[in-house]
Amino acid sequence: MGKQIILLGLSHKTAPVEIRERVASISANDRTPLDWLPQLKKIDELFFLSTCNRVEFLFTTDEVQEGIDEISSKISLEIGQPLSSIQGHIYIYYNLEAVKHVFRVAASLDSMVVGEPQILGQIKDAYRESVDHRTSSVILNRLLHKSFSVAKRIRTETRIGSYAVSISYAAVELAKKIFGSLENKSVLLIGAGEMAELAAEHLIHNGVSRIYVANRTLERAMELAARFRGTTVPFDQIPENLEVVDIIISSTGASDFILHYDEVKSRMRARRNRPLFFIDIAVPRDIEPEVGEIDNVYLYDIDSLQGLVELNLNERRKEAERAEHIIEEEALKFDNWLKTLEVVPTIVALKEKAEKIRQREIRKTMLQLANNSQNLEESLEVLTRSIINKLLHDPILFLKRKSVRESKNLYVDLVQSLFNLHEIQENKESVDKRSRSNVRELKRKACKFK
Amino acid sequence: MSSLFFIIATVAYFVGSVGYFFYVIRNSNSVARAANIALVIGFAFHTVGIYILARKFGYLPVTSIPQTLSLFAWTIVLAYLVFQWRFDIKILGTFVSPLAMFFMLLSPAIPSGVVHQIPVLKSIWVVVHISLIFLSNALFAIAFCAGIMYLIQEKQIKKKTFGVLFRRLPSLEKLDKTNYICLLIGFPLLTGGLITGFIYASRVWHGYWHWDPKEIFAMVTWAIYAVLFHERLAVGWRGKKAAIMAIIGFIAVIVTFLGVNIFLKGHHFYFRVS
Repeated sequence: MGKQIILLGLSHKTAPVEIRERVASISANDRTPLDWLPQLKKIDELFFLSTCNRVEFLFTTDEVQEGIDEISSKISLEIGQPLSSIQGHIYIYYNLEAVKHVFRVAASLDSMVVGEPQILGQIKDAYRESVDHRTSSVILNRLLHKSFSVAKRIRTETRIGSYAVSISYAAVELAKKIFGSLENKSVLLIGAGEMAELAAEHLIHNGVSRIYVANRTLERAMELAARFRGTTVPFDQIPENLEVVDIIISSTGASDFILHYDEVKSRMRARRNRPLFFIDIAVPRDIEPEVGEIDNVYLYDIDSLQGLVELNLNERRKEAERAEHIIEEEALKFDNWLKTLEVVPTIVALKEKAEKIRQREIRKTMLQLANNSQNLEESLEVLTRSIINKLLHDPILFLKRKSVRESKNLYVDLVQSLFNLHEIQENKESVDKRSRSNVRELKRKACKFK
Repeated sequence: MSSLFFIIATVAYFVGSVGYFFYVIRNSNSVARAANIALVIGFAFHTVGIYILARKFGYLPVTSIPQTLSLFAWTIVLAYLVFQWRFDIKILGTFVSPLAMFFMLLSPAIPSGVVHQIPVLKSIWVVVHISLIFLSNALFAIAFCAGIMYLIQEKQIKKKTFGVLFRRLPSLEKLDKTNYICLLIGFPLLTGGLITGFIYASRVWHGYWHWDPKEIFAMVTWAIYAVLFHERLAVGWRGKKAAIMAIIGFIAVIVTFLGVNIFLKGHHFYFRVS
């Protein structure tokens, strides 16, 4: 049995933030679990990843259970509570499953926001850490490098990351479908609220240049304006400002509509019909629904944005299936490589043994040559013959010992294919056949001459 | 000889149409690229075919309906290629390539009638007249396609029902801008084309206006685009209204261009269907 790859961790899917924080604390302030490796006798290679959504240990070991126990007890020692208390939040993957998990994480299929690109950078940083600490070697090096290329492949071959699956992203997607580029567009934020601010942030991130803020309490308006480097607008002058803004995000706690059909309609001519995009995320709604019927005006409330999100989720599910297929494929490839790795130690040992024999024999020959006890030709004869004898000594002994066993055929076959003896015999036979037929031919010809 | 080139061009336009159709279904940029290459190849063959005809007759090959349709398809593809190159609206090909193919297929389907060698067609005024009209019509064809795309996209955004095309179609802004640019260039070209036509008519037939059906329909078409042109620039019409006007305008173009030739009589008919 070769090296086993184990992944032990917890993520946003299995553990609430308090527990993730507690486990993540083991790597705070320049400390890293990678420093534990010298004390962990059962573990060969170690990789540690900690983001705000997950904490994961990836390691290789010969003895699975002992390795897991060792690392678990170390973790519980560090966080000051037995791991069994958070047992339900921890997942452990073995070998092929661990490989798939690493690929999935790197490709951002396991992220909170699927397809978000930061995770790959975080894995790369964590990998650099483990390289610096010399805790990763043949297997983990290969696995992590592979995970980078798998992530890239999934990014280029699927559109996993290109669907807006949150309200605020959906708002940005729509804005882009209406305005094309968001450069030089301006946003009016009416009222405040987490979702509205998030949407504003996304819009700014996508190029929106000016932000206006209107709020019933001026203080709050100024606060928001300062945060987005915008300007405040008096709350009762919102309609007048419709002439200069392009996108309106409204989320007040008002119980009645604060913008009506006529107020918007009458401003469209002054806008020269440039489109207006209203995002009404207030419940109850702030903007009269009829506003959406005006030409070049687009009105979305929270439910209609949610509709787009649902649609995108559906599309993304399809893309995720394609991504999973890629991961299966790449994980199997990696597994095949891992299997070839298992014979590597044997190959090395075999080479070492042959090399040892060669060196011992050549030393003997040199000694004899120095003593002039033999001439060169004799020495070479002896040297090569003794190398062959010594090399073949063990295999022949092995074969002889097995010859009395019932399973001898198995070993005979094995040795024959090991040294490719079938081919040699076949060659010999065909040579024999050919020479025999030649003889026959010659005889026939000889007959004719008679 | 030239018909072989036209056949190859038609086949290439067909390949382009199919390619662009698949681009809509399977959002693959490489499919769109391949379809675009097919259109470029078709255009190249088409150009050579028209050149051969022009050499043979000694003037622009517009003396039969098939020739006219083929030249029209050619200018549409030309306009498309320029727009694709400048604005990169991939899905425009989905709408334009079937249009070009349609005119190419229609071209041999209509009886060509009697072709006379007509010395009046050799005048430089006719060449300018026809070139300007054809170029403006090609731009209006692009505006027509952009208009249809705009209406589809706007409906999806307004009604909040998102189909396959939602992601493939460009932004409303880009479609409206395409409409605007086509109009901005196409309308002066059309106006120039009509003026050269009048000048030429006054020299050949003594008088600018003959109540020729084609003349009447051309003026109607011009009026439609004039309204759109004015409203866009002066009042700031845009979006849906502009898209609908572009569609109506192009229908008028087709009626002027084909309907009148096939169903009515007048002095634009050297190639009257007999």
